[in-house]
Amino acid sequence: MSGFDKVVGSYEEAMAGLQDNMTVIAGGFGLCGIPENLINEIKRKGTRGLTVVSNNCGTDEYGLGVLLVDKQIRKMVASYVGENALFEAQMMSGELEVELTPQGTLAEKMRAGGAGIPAFYTATGYGTPVGEGKEVREFDGQHYILEEAIKADFSIAKAWKADRYGNLVFRKTARNFNPMAVTAGKISVVEVEEIVEVGELDPDEIHLPGIYVSRLIQGSFEKHIEQRTVRAT
Amino acid sequence: MALTREQLAQRVAQEFQDGYYINLGIGIPTLAANYIPEGVEVMLQSENGLLGMGPFPREDEVDSDLINAGKQTVTMAKGASLFSSADSFAMIRGGHVDLTVLGAFEVDCQGNIASYMIPGKLIKGMGGAMDLVAGADNIIVTMTHASKHGESKLLNECTLPLTGKSCIKRVLTDLALLDIADGKFILRERAPGVSVEEIVNLTVGELVVPEHVPEMTFV
Repeated sequence: MSGFDKVVGSYEEAMAGLQDNMTVIAGGFGLCGIPENLINEIKRKGTRGLTVVSNNCGTDEYGLGVLLVDKQIRKMVASYVGENALFEAQMMSGELEVELTPQGTLAEKMRAGGAGIPAFYTATGYGTPVGEGKEVREFDGQHYILEEAIKADFSIAKAWKADRYGNLVFRKTARNFNPMAVTAGKISVVEVEEIVEVGELDPDEIHLPGIYVSRLIQGSFEKHIEQRTVRAT
Repeated sequence: MALTREQLAQRVAQEFQDGYYINLGIGIPTLAANYIPEGVEVMLQSENGLLGMGPFPREDEVDSDLINAGKQTVTMAKGASLFSSADSFAMIRGGHVDLTVLGAFEVDCQGNIASYMIPGKLIKGMGGAMDLVAGADNIIVTMTHASKHGESKLLNECTLPLTGKSCIKRVLTDLALLDIADGKFILRERAPGVSVEEIVNLTVGELVVPEHVPEMTFV
């Protein structure tokens, strides 16, 4: 690495410094746009006691779900965890702590974390279990709860294309939580399908500037589909 | 006769107005996209980050990078746009979506909705439902009027953990279309062949029955 060049040579290097009991934010929605090789590297490293923040926790076989097999996750912050039997079993037995967070609140917590906003008010969750114990304020006759931003020791994300400076372009709905995830990590690691030379991306097409990216690596992806739904004609 | 899933979807689609941006929840709400009235143009929002959702893809169009909020593969309609989940929920929370349709376990006559959690049983999470009900003014809840065991899902007070407080104004069940106002359900329409008595018997929450309750009509 030199200057603004963020490219690292191996997945081991990409996740260097990740230690037990750290907090990791992961981009992705379901199995779409997940940093699958970075997740696999965490599995290989065997890091334990992790707090993982991501919309979902993968499936039994793919995505963040693979970190459940060896019980590497101590706490999961997510909005929806319905696709994973192992997850439910570990949650029920108390081995895995779960903080259910509304999807939009989760996205905004990451955005705020990366943008230096410590907390924000939202109507989402007022009067529900999510709002319990949180400060309530009224603005224009409506109730809002105070939600705190999320930051992480590491964030891991997947983009489609990048230049060597880490300027990122996402593809279709694989963008989802990835841009916010990148911004909210002290060390943010991004894997992409293609790295191009600096200057090859039109500055107008860049979705997220490289200033947010610490490390960049090119990988190959399986991109599993959870619900393959087609029409006949 | 209670409405079929298709009829529920059809009745929901009758609420679609020209130029509406609409978020359809998983299940019956999603089916409503098949019954968009003629001459009405709507744009479907998928909260993971797509505005202008098209139909399911043909086999050769399947793209693992293009899914809806139910994680199903989809296509994009003409005029579609893509964005992050933070932008997507800015649209939702900011009240820019004209109509939200979603399912529920229970609704009560205070407009409270419970849809995401049965303690000790089902652990899934709320996904985007809490944001959707908090941000939208125009929400239709679709569900069966009663459980398989004949227990009403239209209550005086929800028994399950809430998804949203005082936010629901319209409920479509397999038996009836009801509004919620001033702490009461108001019976607006009944499913073809379903009597007012039947609906009254299966509604626990306070219910106002107007003199005339028309049957729903389907084209």
